[in-house]
Amino acid sequence: MTEKEAQPKRPKIPRQKMPEQDPIRRARNFYEVALGYDNDLALLEASRCLHCKKPFCMTGCPVEVDIPDFVEMVKAGDYVGAAWKIKEKNALPRIAGRVCPQESQCESKCVLYKKGKGEACAIGRLERFVADYAAMHGCELPPMPEPSGLKVGVVGSGPAGLTLAGALIKRGIAVTVFEALHELGGVLVYGIPEFRLPKAIVRSEVDELRRLGVEFKTNWVVGRIETVDDLLHKKKYDGVFIGTGAGAPLFLRIPGENLNGVYSANEFLTRSNLMKAYLFPEADTPVAKGRRVAVFGGGNVAMDAARTSLRLGAEEVSIVYRRTMDELPARAEEVHHAVEEGVKFQLLCSPLEIVGNEAGWAVGVNCQKMQLGEPDASGRRRPVPIPGDTFHLECDTVIVAIGNAANPLVPSTTNGLEVNKWGNIVADLDTGKTSKDRVWAGGDIVTGAATVILAMGAGRKAALSMLKEFGIGC
Amino acid sequence: MFEILEKHHIGPGVNRAVISAPEIARAHRPGQFIILRAHADGERIPLTVADKDPEKGTITLIWQEVGATTYYMGTMSVGERLADLCGPLGKPTHVEKFGTVVCVGGGIGVAPLYPITKAMHDAGNHVITILGARTEGLLIMTDDMKKVSTELLISTDDGSFGIHGFVTQVLQDLIDKREKLHLCVAIGPVPMMKAVVNVTRKANLPTVVSLNPIMVDGTGMCGACRVEVAGKTMFGCVDGPEFDGFEVDFDLLTKRLAMYKGPELISLNKFKESPRGCECGFPGGAA
Repeated sequence: MTEKEAQPKRPKIPRQKMPEQDPIRRARNFYEVALGYDNDLALLEASRCLHCKKPFCMTGCPVEVDIPDFVEMVKAGDYVGAAWKIKEKNALPRIAGRVCPQESQCESKCVLYKKGKGEACAIGRLERFVADYAAMHGCELPPMPEPSGLKVGVVGSGPAGLTLAGALIKRGIAVTVFEALHELGGVLVYGIPEFRLPKAIVRSEVDELRRLGVEFKTNWVVGRIETVDDLLHKKKYDGVFIGTGAGAPLFLRIPGENLNGVYSANEFLTRSNLMKAYLFPEADTPVAKGRRVAVFGGGNVAMDAARTSLRLGAEEVSIVYRRTMDELPARAEEVHHAVEEGVKFQLLCSPLEIVGNEAGWAVGVNCQKMQLGEPDASGRRRPVPIPGDTFHLECDTVIVAIGNAANPLVPSTTNGLEVNKWGNIVADLDTGKTSKDRVWAGGDIVTGAATVILAMGAGRKAALSMLKEFGIGC
Repeated sequence: MFEILEKHHIGPGVNRAVISAPEIARAHRPGQFIILRAHADGERIPLTVADKDPEKGTITLIWQEVGATTYYMGTMSVGERLADLCGPLGKPTHVEKFGTVVCVGGGIGVAPLYPITKAMHDAGNHVITILGARTEGLLIMTDDMKKVSTELLISTDDGSFGIHGFVTQVLQDLIDKREKLHLCVAIGPVPMMKAVVNVTRKANLPTVVSLNPIMVDGTGMCGACRVEVAGKTMFGCVDGPEFDGFEVDFDLLTKRLAMYKGPELISLNKFKESPRGCECGFPGGAA
């Protein structure tokens, strides 16, 4: 008998599910859907990690979190230490643990999964667990370096800007974040719904940055109060990072889009999330509480809008999408949640016209049935209309969730800042450097609408590039 | 920040307040607006800046009590602070020496018209100002306007002050008997702006109007403020608030402004029943 055979075989532990609210119940409330691991589940899940010598998982992480190390600390029960290990690379782990598409990033590279033997270690759920644990148990701040005397201005307090702020403040660089809205967090507070990312969590992450010394200015519209050039030359900032996001909603330009009851997803979600319209009339801001709602688009934002509509009391919510379930750009988990909660899918279906009544309110959508043709430039099969096959979808609320363009406010008021034909700022994807000296940019304003974690990755890369330029070792 | 330094009732349900906002006072240009939240659960509402003093770091807001926020602000006293004040937003008015400029203001619209009139006057234009209101008590800023106008004409619908009639009649008379007019700027209730444009269009007098669609963020992010101008959808907050009056779809604007009539009443009634709402006793004939 060889030595290897003598070892008792480890019992195979399955990937631990995260408890969730019951779909029927949660479809009518705004509490968080996923409830998080407890200690036991976290320890059990962490024990599945093989602590690979070559951690492929890290190569899948846009901010290169030291995944095996933090999971090892979980195994040892050092949850607070694990949280700080993550925070060395990612200032916002409570947020990333909730909204990152881990299945296509770190977890897709996990050896447990790659060997085809089973399911990946649930890295995202562990990240969420330790970050929540550390926040609840009021962990102390790490020792801070001496101030370098340098200062950086950050335009926009979304995931890119907050990540950059966290990375720089820990290296002794003073940071001021300018935010146009009255709350900090950008898309994290106006876009992503409470039931996916409670606003209290965004506030706690922002508060931690504040405790580390980051200065925040709300109600501050860069481009109007002062320009990026003013920040550099009059206010003597050593560098400026532009992370203003993809903040200009696109419409289909079909007849009837300006009828009452027709919203951009941005407006609908901003009313519900940032302005708390779901609490109306306790909060003053209203939102149309549709009985029958049609949501145009198939991305994560469309799923958020559809699921928010259900929670506001809609009887029927339909996603109207040109292709099939297989091509939906939304994260599989979001689609799964939407289906579970009762969202309907009008697939292979393209809106032609929104029909209104005399008073100017939407009453329905005329739709064109489609079929899949040849693959297009994106590799997905192109939807083509089936001649003569149209139908009417009755609805009183329409939410257009087909994406966002770049908001021109900051680029158009900054001298010598190159933008591409879509209005996105041209920046080096590895460093965030723009065509303008001492100005960096990252996140959706550079790439067009993408994910929170990619914006965080861009913020981190820009921070590293700034440190290099300032001559501060990394 | 955003402390109320002075506050006066200047008409029934109409208030004027001087507010500390140094950055906005410094950066503001005529025609631009701000968005405010009165309190932590409040709505974001746009208001046009009526005046400013960059030296003192103050702006002046004038508002009529029509909804929950504006009634709430009516109960605020000197020393209280607005929760949030964001601006300046929107494109500034295009000001140059046009020649003779007619500025037409109706009701509360006189407040946003004042800085534009002043700028036109300062740019060397011959400024003829026409102010109108339903009745004498609702006329505002007449003394301020007098100082920045070459000629000032005032009308009331009921004849209680000045010319008996609508501003459009005064404007028509002016067009009929006058040498060349070069530009008209009209700000007031939507029906007034629509009526003014009907008069000026016939006279081929270019007309700028300032629109007040419902807004949320005010920076072009949400698209709540969609208006149609020359058949194209524009955002009132970033493409405006000023547009070519001849091209604006006023009927669509009217319909969109009515979108939240029901919820607005619920909010207002809720405020009226609150301790603060009971206190104010709701003076004056709002809306």
